[in-house]
Amino acid sequence: MIREFSEADIAYLLLATRWTVLLALVAMIGGGLLGIVVAVLRVVQFRPANWLAIGYINLIQGTPLLGQLFVFFFGLPLFGLSVDAWTAAALSLSIYASAFFGEIWRGSLQSVSPRQWEAGASLGLTYAQRLFYVVLPQAVRISVAPTVGFLVQLVKNTSLTALIGFVELTRASQIISGATFAPLPVYLTAAAIYFVICFSLSQLSHMLERRLHAAH
Amino acid sequence: MSYNFKFGALLRYQDEIVQGVLLTLQLSIVTMICGLVIGLVVAMAAGSPLKALRVPARIYVEAIRNTPLLVQLFIVFFGFPSIGIRLDANTAALIALSINMGAYGAEILRAGFESVRRSQIEAGRSLGLTASQTFRHVVMFQAIKAIYPALASQFVLIMLATCVVSSIGVTELFHQAAFIDSRTYRSFEAYTLITLSYLVLTLGFRAFFSAVYWAVFVRRPRR
Repeated sequence: MIREFSEADIAYLLLATRWTVLLALVAMIGGGLLGIVVAVLRVVQFRPANWLAIGYINLIQGTPLLGQLFVFFFGLPLFGLSVDAWTAAALSLSIYASAFFGEIWRGSLQSVSPRQWEAGASLGLTYAQRLFYVVLPQAVRISVAPTVGFLVQLVKNTSLTALIGFVELTRASQIISGATFAPLPVYLTAAAIYFVICFSLSQLSHMLERRLHAAH
Repeated sequence: MSYNFKFGALLRYQDEIVQGVLLTLQLSIVTMICGLVIGLVVAMAAGSPLKALRVPARIYVEAIRNTPLLVQLFIVFFGFPSIGIRLDANTAALIALSINMGAYGAEILRAGFESVRRSQIEAGRSLGLTASQTFRHVVMFQAIKAIYPALASQFVLIMLATCVVSSIGVTELFHQAAFIDSRTYRSFEAYTLITLSYLVLTLGFRAFFSAVYWAVFVRRPRR
């Protein structure tokens, strides 16, 4: 039975947005933790670790996220793990995010001038002191804006999980569109919801960039 | 684990894979060209002194960059027919991808033009070059050199992004994974193979673009 696109449907879309946001948050945290490992492997003075990290980053950034989603969705059950769409989505988005966070944070670490390390050493600071009191505070300042900027990509990319059947905002729009036969208003509403989330993050990223970079 | 991986079962679908690669490349290249044309117009509008041009350009760029490509694609393919614009899957895919690329292209081009310092233009003019000579010999080369890396990585991003158009039935490379899966029931192998095919394309294009950069901008004959 066909019905009109109504307020109830908009409420349904907004409720489905919870899953979009939750998925992005999980991928942010999981990807963040794994991203620290990637960034560290990328900068340590040990060639094989660097190569491993470079290979990992190339593999993740060089293949489509949609492909990674399907590989996890179909691949994990072969290893005896029963995987629903949520687990596959959370896992592959975390891995996807980790490659990008790893690169962003490596760049931030390396953009702190080597003079800062030398200055710290000449003041008699230990390696750990130089890292935690001299280099990291500066690297974190540099990395905040691009990190928030990447969150925009992450939120937008959660939409791909609709294609493995995870019911977030995009999949919910498909469902409502099928029920109401009003695809244009439904998808425009979905786009508007994404826009509100992503535009806020973009503006936040710009603001942080202006504020944190002015001090140099 | 008791599962037997059978990648061999996929070998007889190499014709489909080649077809898929060709369509993916066609889509990526045409998207890149259309997107850059849109991007150039939008970048000029965004830099114009007229508010009536600047504001719509800004809205377009922000609206596209802050919404997912998949939703943009659904609006074009499923939404447009209700206002009388009926498109086949390939055309809808191309339009959605180009509109998407246009917004990113505009940002890249704007950054490129801004990267050429004002003093370079003044230097060109003071040497007696005309405005168009200054643009051709001074600004353009530097601007292209500045945006080349961004354009090269944007091309790879577009190529990877094209796989979402498989969801409306465009038979590009990613769609072939679903096709092979439906014939062989070897889901994992099919999707792994196709996903890794994209890696081969990505690495190939990156190497090609670096070689071109080196040949054109680094090892440049003196002029």
